[in-house]
Amino acid sequence: MFSPSFYQIAPVIAVCASLAAVPLIALSGSRPNLREFWTFLAAGVKFAMVFALAGWVLAGNVVEVELIRVLPELSIALRVDSFGMVFALVSSFLWMVAATYTIGYMRKLNEHAQTRFMVCFALSLCAAIGVAFSANLLTMYIFYEMLSLSTYPLVAHHQDKEGRAGARKYLAFLLGGSVGLVLPAMIVIFAITGTVNFADNINSGIIPADTGSTLVVILFFACLFGFAKNGIMPMHAWLPGAMVAPTPVSALLHAVAVVKVGVFCTIRVMLYVFGIDLMDDLNLGVITAYIVSFTIVTASIIALTKDNLKARLAYSTISQLSYIILGVALLAPAAIEGGIIHIANHAFSKITLFFCAGAIYVATHKKNISEMGGLGRVMPFTFGAFAVASLSMIGVPPVAGFITKWYLLVGALDAGQLGIILVLLASTLLNVAYFAPITYHAFFGKPPAGEVHGGGIKEAPLIMVLPILLAATISVILGFYPDIMMQFVKMVTS
Amino acid sequence: MDELFPFIIAKYNYWASLILLFIGLYGMIAKNNLMKKIIGMIIFQTAILLFYVSIGVKQGASVPILFFSEDHQPLLEASAYANPLPHVLMLTAIVVGVGTLGVALAILQKIQRVHGTIEEDEILEDMRQ
Amino acid sequence: MIDQAPVFIVIIPLLAALLLVFATPLGPRFAYGMLVTALAATLAAALATLNLVVAANQAVHYRMGDWLPPHGIELVIDHLSGVVLVLVAGCALLTAIYSLRTAEQDNPDRLNQYYSLFALLVTGLLGMVASGDLFNLYVLLEISALSSYGLLARGGGQAYYATFKYLIVGTIGACFYLLGVGYIYIMTGSLNMADLAVILSRPELQESVSVKIGFTLIILGIWIKMALFPLHAWLPNAYSKAGTTTACLVAPLMTKVSVYIMLRMMFTVFSADYIFNQIAWSELVIYLASAAAVVGMLAALAQRDLRKMLTYIIVAEIGYMTGGAWLANAAGFTGTTYHILADGLMTLCLFMAVGAIIYRTGETTKAAMVGIFQKMPITAVVLVIGAASIIGVPPTCGFFSKWYLIQGAAQAGAWVFVAALLIASLVAAVIFFRLLEVAFFGDLDAAPAAPEDGHGQGHGPAVARAEAPLSMLIPMMISAAGLIVLGIYTREVVSYFISWSIPAGF
Repeated sequence: MFSPSFYQIAPVIAVCASLAAVPLIALSGSRPNLREFWTFLAAGVKFAMVFALAGWVLAGNVVEVELIRVLPELSIALRVDSFGMVFALVSSFLWMVAATYTIGYMRKLNEHAQTRFMVCFALSLCAAIGVAFSANLLTMYIFYEMLSLSTYPLVAHHQDKEGRAGARKYLAFLLGGSVGLVLPAMIVIFAITGTVNFADNINSGIIPADTGSTLVVILFFACLFGFAKNGIMPMHAWLPGAMVAPTPVSALLHAVAVVKVGVFCTIRVMLYVFGIDLMDDLNLGVITAYIVSFTIVTASIIALTKDNLKARLAYSTISQLSYIILGVALLAPAAIEGGIIHIANHAFSKITLFFCAGAIYVATHKKNISEMGGLGRVMPFTFGAFAVASLSMIGVPPVAGFITKWYLLVGALDAGQLGIILVLLASTLLNVAYFAPITYHAFFGKPPAGEVHGGGIKEAPLIMVLPILLAATISVILGFYPDIMMQFVKMVTS
Repeated sequence: MDELFPFIIAKYNYWASLILLFIGLYGMIAKNNLMKKIIGMIIFQTAILLFYVSIGVKQGASVPILFFSEDHQPLLEASAYANPLPHVLMLTAIVVGVGTLGVALAILQKIQRVHGTIEEDEILEDMRQ
Repeated sequence: MIDQAPVFIVIIPLLAALLLVFATPLGPRFAYGMLVTALAATLAAALATLNLVVAANQAVHYRMGDWLPPHGIELVIDHLSGVVLVLVAGCALLTAIYSLRTAEQDNPDRLNQYYSLFALLVTGLLGMVASGDLFNLYVLLEISALSSYGLLARGGGQAYYATFKYLIVGTIGACFYLLGVGYIYIMTGSLNMADLAVILSRPELQESVSVKIGFTLIILGIWIKMALFPLHAWLPNAYSKAGTTTACLVAPLMTKVSVYIMLRMMFTVFSADYIFNQIAWSELVIYLASAAAVVGMLAALAQRDLRKMLTYIIVAEIGYMTGGAWLANAAGFTGTTYHILADGLMTLCLFMAVGAIIYRTGETTKAAMVGIFQKMPITAVVLVIGAASIIGVPPTCGFFSKWYLIQGAAQAGAWVFVAALLIASLVAAVIFFRLLEVAFFGDLDAAPAAPEDGHGQGHGPAVARAEAPLSMLIPMMISAAGLIVLGIYTREVVSYFISWSIPAGF
């Protein structure tokens, strides 16, 4: 335990650590080892701060820090609560893992512009933690935009036509959604309520009860679709396009930062701005649940058709993200818990899968699933981790994904939504259908014609394999000890 | 008709300046020759000068110089004098008008040198090439 | 001495304009030094005046020659005009510092005369802001207009014709204004703004048709001057053909001061009640403003020439400000006045950055932008900050003015205007994104893709570093920093300066 004043500074340090590292990283571009040292230092400091705050939050405290008061009723402020803590813990921890992996990937492939890459990487993490610790809509919006802009150079990293087109699409969807829908919604909310601060609990929200229901519905859907990072169809189209990025970016985009920020913002707005009571009154929860159910099933079916491994994972992400929103939209406590815990569970499992895809590419330069026959025997660790993470995605006990499915099913029963239970079952079957063949093919399939795998193991560099194994192990640990995260989640719903 | 005529006559100075105003505006907008545009501009400005000057006028009033009656008392009734303020204002406006005219002519001279003409369509033609 | 500050704001640049002509034999360096010194002194006087206003918490009246109004001419500086004065003086000073290289390049033969016009334009603009008298305002309007014709025509070549058109349209605008003042004078017998406000509040004048005609003519004249869509056609050509320094001085300030004059007319001379209940055009004007914002931005998107693109952005920004002023609520008014400051700074910032890029590359189209991040990194960052502010990315000040404007529009139920603001922001994002993509990664269409050079720093062939000269960099960096500082201190700016000017009845 530290003094309370420490906890006033800790969130600021947690957000700014990687920001402070940016000039250092940029200036030490000519000395890669020093540059990477700064990255790790910032990651370590950040995680330490978040970890220290986690204990404080568990003790039942909420930290509020006002940074700048921009308008008389409007400030840029940080608040650390249990919901934000779930996301902050996951992303700050995974940054360290991802940074290790990234360094291995970039050096092995001899990528260009590594300094720019690391700078943007650090900026995007600053934005992600900023979103997690935002105390109001404005702060969250600012960090959300910062994340969109700082990840743009990462997506466009290859600078060729395809890369630029993907990056353009990425920015068009994200900025279009946030400027076109979220910004006006936020200002209208401000005009109605006179505040944009999040409510203290998930029931009441901040919108006055006498607001016209049409307006509330419009605002709600503006937020739901405006946070395009959450990948709800039809705002998902950027995600497959952004696949052109280097694999560590895809991992970062899909598991840690970008999509999770989208989902996090959506849930933050659903629970802390609109509130369960209001959503319940207007039946917004049920409508949302069915919208995302459509996304879950459709994205899974599309995933089946993809042969490119990263594309398949991308559609899997779209589908899995909607689980998270689905849980919250059901509005039953168990379902909300299942949704929020999936932020963590999906993060660890999906980052494993993407790391594996990158490792396969680095070791063999293969991108398509059909070419990976027999590869499991050459890269047993990678594919072993892949298998574990797929099980988590499918929801097989004891891996983490099972916990999510369990809570979601209980919640759906509580909410009396039998249709949703059918959706969950259907999507589980689809998950099996598109994940199981990859592993099976890799371990028991034949190599493509004309290609002979020499005996022995030929893995990617150790610096890449270690993060994979770590992330996969944590997926399993989270399945055995769900309480690690669940204690925070329970605080949200209690 | 019976009422319209006196209405126009009663404020004939307004109507006169209004007509001048539109002649000037027409010249500035419709004429192709830039010199004619400048002439239109001068008419336009002059119309406004006349408008101002005419509103200072009073029936049977004298020039606004302090005026003594026969018993050597200063005549302090405002109705005895024309309102000098609009006239003074217009002195300034005339100066401004002359300034504008000077600048316009100088620029016109330059246009003639650069494009070889002061006809608007020919200048546009020249700029397209 | 300090209570004489208001008059120094106008007198210093006026004297400088006179002396600069006589100082021709002393050479260009002397002229530059003199202009910069004079404008720095002007800025100091403006700041001192603002300090006076804030300390007294009321408007400062300076009576020329101690003649009492309504007969004498007075300068009236309240919170709002105080800040606008600082903005004008500050922008002029930055441009003057910036002009070291470009002014000489553009005017090798008549530098002193050029600087003299420069100072005269600043005099006119400052006078317009400070003046408390309708006719005096007209004279100062013409002083600034005449000197701007001279400055713009110095661009040479096609600038002459563009300036000529501006001269014709500008004269129409000024004459409309003068005619409108005539009508008001007939009805009230006064030209002093404060005096007029009292007289015009009488019920019989509220109903009067002549006053309405007068108001219409005045507002039309101002709209022509500030290039409100669809009266904007003169602006893009006139501004984009001008020399670099001229564009940096004229583009940010002239239209912004015109917007300020519109606010003065609407809320000081007439009243909010009169404008929104007797005139009741606000719905129409908001549609016009929305059209201006969208059309201006779309036209900007279609431009190839960089500076012409920026001038169309000004047309769009004028739409923002006009719409905000006619929303008839406090948030809209705050947004408009705050945007005068914000837009003045960000237009200055962008024009200076683009000017520096043109100065270094000699290109005026998108081709100039290729590889700017490697060639001129600081300029590129300045450009990014300016662009972010135009788009409305927090924490730059552009975000907060948009915040107020959208809030005001939502409160007034003007959803068309909300939509127009958002569409304009998105189009602005596209405009700058295209440029910055080329600046960052190079142009794929024009040149073959940069070869991957493996591990290391550079992208593609090494580009020689050719940063803009220091005299350009410093003002650019100040203006870019100003955008962020103004954004962060929005609350202070609004509560110390703008909130005092919010008209009664909002």
